[in-house]
Amino acid sequence: MRSLCLNFQVHQPYRLRTYRFFDIGDDHYYYDDYLNRTIIRRIAEKSYIPANNLLLKLIKELGPKFKVSFSISGIALEQMERFAPEALDGFKKLAKTGSVEFLAETYSHCLASLENKDEFIAQVEKHAAKIEELFGQKPVTFRNSELIYSDHISEIVAEMGYKLMLTEGAKFFLGWKSPNYMYCSAANPKLKLLLRNAQLSDDMAFRFSNTDWSEWPLTADKLAMWLKNMPADQEVVNLSLGYATFGELQNAESGIFEFLKALPGAVLKNSGFSFNTPAELTNTLQPVSAVHVPFPASWADEERDVTAWLGNELQQEAVNKLYVLADRMKGCTDAELLQDWNNLQSSDHFYYMSTKVLSDGAVHALFNPYSTPYEAFINYMNVLSDFTLRLEQMEKEAIPAAKVVEKPKPAQKSKATEKPKATEQPKVAKKSPVKKKTAK
Amino acid sequence: MFGWEFPPHITGGLGTACFGLTKGLAKHGVEALFVVPKAYGDESEEAVRLINASDVEMLTSEESHQKYWEQITFLEVGSNLVPYLTPEEFEKEIIAYKKGKKTKVKRTSAFGEKYQFSGKYGANLLEEVSRYAVVASAIAAENDFDVIHAHDWLTYPAGIAAKAVSGKPLVVHMHATEFDRSGEHVNQTVYDIERKGMEAADRVITVSDWTRAIVIERYGIDPEKVKTVHNAVEPVEKLDPTSYKRHLDEKIVTFLGRITFQKGPEYFIEAAYKVLQRDPNVRFVMAGTGDLMNKMVKRVAQLGISTRFHFTGFLKGDHVDHMFALSDVYVMPSISEPFGISPLEAMRTNVPVVISKQSGVAEVLKYALKIDFWDIDAMADAIYGLLHYPALSNFLKEHGTEEVNALKWENAALKVKDVYEEALNYQEIQYTI
Repeated sequence: MRSLCLNFQVHQPYRLRTYRFFDIGDDHYYYDDYLNRTIIRRIAEKSYIPANNLLLKLIKELGPKFKVSFSISGIALEQMERFAPEALDGFKKLAKTGSVEFLAETYSHCLASLENKDEFIAQVEKHAAKIEELFGQKPVTFRNSELIYSDHISEIVAEMGYKLMLTEGAKFFLGWKSPNYMYCSAANPKLKLLLRNAQLSDDMAFRFSNTDWSEWPLTADKLAMWLKNMPADQEVVNLSLGYATFGELQNAESGIFEFLKALPGAVLKNSGFSFNTPAELTNTLQPVSAVHVPFPASWADEERDVTAWLGNELQQEAVNKLYVLADRMKGCTDAELLQDWNNLQSSDHFYYMSTKVLSDGAVHALFNPYSTPYEAFINYMNVLSDFTLRLEQMEKEAIPAAKVVEKPKPAQKSKATEKPKATEQPKVAKKSPVKKKTAK
Repeated sequence: MFGWEFPPHITGGLGTACFGLTKGLAKHGVEALFVVPKAYGDESEEAVRLINASDVEMLTSEESHQKYWEQITFLEVGSNLVPYLTPEEFEKEIIAYKKGKKTKVKRTSAFGEKYQFSGKYGANLLEEVSRYAVVASAIAAENDFDVIHAHDWLTYPAGIAAKAVSGKPLVVHMHATEFDRSGEHVNQTVYDIERKGMEAADRVITVSDWTRAIVIERYGIDPEKVKTVHNAVEPVEKLDPTSYKRHLDEKIVTFLGRITFQKGPEYFIEAAYKVLQRDPNVRFVMAGTGDLMNKMVKRVAQLGISTRFHFTGFLKGDHVDHMFALSDVYVMPSISEPFGISPLEAMRTNVPVVISKQSGVAEVLKYALKIDFWDIDAMADAIYGLLHYPALSNFLKEHGTEEVNALKWENAALKVKDVYEEALNYQEIQYTI
């Protein structure tokens, strides 16, 4: 039997407050709590909570015949804990049904996979721990932020022990091939790849309520018919979309919930497809071919590359200035600093700086607190400047403090002579791993 | 086409805009007959035939003119009303006017007389505006043309007169409104001329949607007949940046324009103060002069930033380019700016700009930082960002230059041509009804 794999993404960043340059060094709180709370509450009420209830009901009715998977960023989970616990409860209940798989991703939904290997691994481990803590399952499938994928990333993911990774079936590397098969990484064939069917996923996520679309209205029966009519050897269809599609991107009035409600019945009855989680497919499907992806792909914009986050000089500068701190952050134990370090990595901050406003402007404008990419850049750089100062401050404080404990009261003179040594030593120690990393 | 000035004898952006437009129109096969109050003989006639209103002989006995004169009252012109004049220049004009008062009208033959226009923005401006209208009616009767195009209120009476004589459609071009020049304290005479001009016109061209909104809301003009055609800039050879040496290591942030209420100089000073508190290695320059100059000098002294904040007075020609070449950031904090050509000049010289959202130019620029003129924090933040995050400054420099070079008069002229055609059709419809 052929497999239909539903995968829903949940992520909301900590949006930054308006942070002026005169706040640098003075005010260390970066977030717009009101805005973040408002947005997560709105999406929870309009989307997550009703959609969770619906899925729970469907699983209850259909039992093990209906399965779905989620990838929820750590930051989204944190915000739900704080602002929308009902939504989180729904996810916990879903976890208990045994029909729902929770995938691994980066904790802050970040670009570390492109920038810094160690940070990438740390982010994934942090996320896996959070998933296990909340949902009682250890993730076995990996889905990178925004489905970002490349040969290089696949090697790291395989190294971390994952057997399957989800990514986009982007035309630029897939060519004439269909996404509806299991593939594997050319860099490490042990890592299987499940590709998103962009056409059908976007039919639901973007075109569902578009009355100009020739296939409007999309019904569950119609989708089941399309699946049935697919060439018989195509073995798996992966529908991967933002969970907010239900009720937020497509509002309740569009009939999206009715569609979701009718979907499992229609698929099971008419299409010859069964519902499976990615983990199940890892064991049942064998790769038909390896794909070679030298340049990073993603599910964003027309290009399906990473230019939505790194397309212009502003984005590149901001990302560079952030990840240049990665190695210095390794020695950091300050909880607040670590929290900010994590939050500042969210890919959304860089997405807001995109100047591709003309072609994909509508998508970029979604939940975007800034009216121009320049404001996004200036605001982010102001925050990052303050963050960098704090890190410097912490490094300075950490060294003499350690020194004082060792030698309680040395003579004034010797202290003065020792000081430069003390500051230099750790610097050297910290810099050597940096060099190693760039050499790799 | 009726205008008040034509290069090289210009005091503001109006003449430059007229010149660019006529050149653009010529490329689309539109011939222009350009009437100026006073021609000097060295104007560029590559794209237009220039008519000097001072050369036109008027028969004072003609009844129509007599009638017209009876309705005209002269007013002394206040400096506020003159858009592109510094107080010093205005004073000079007044003196010159008082001296030469009686020699203006000279009899050249037994039957007619010629009026010698100054073509400036002097104290007798309103008298000149009216006389210009009378001359216009004579020009309209003598020449063959399809459309009348009048630039700014000074020439609206001329446009109306020409339309009355010829029956041809009238297009009036709003380069600025009285509200941009005077804030809420408008000169009623000027406002009335502007409104009458627009009411009499078959089509009104505004230089921005910002101005279009003012025209519709404040003058009650039918939105149907108001069309926006954004200004453009004439391409220039690239300045050699090495020709001006920088003697200071500090970054320079510049305001260049008339120091009047409309240009928002006080917001620039307050923003400068904020930036200087964090980063003392910046110099702010306010270039230009105007009625608020003394007040601004005082404010700078009050804030204690005089060693970092400089006034240059009025800058001319080369000095303007020099100033741009030395600048790291250009700020235009205008409270109400119909278009605003200076940011384009700055961008052409590779200077990133911060401009107020209350300006027409903000509608056409993507590679500029836009702020509300009153939002001092945002203005300061934008300046600081440009000074401290080179990626931003470089990004705007690189793309900004391209963007400005793409703003061609040729394209603007095509839109103007469309408006002409609309005006012709509009008139036809009116007559058939």
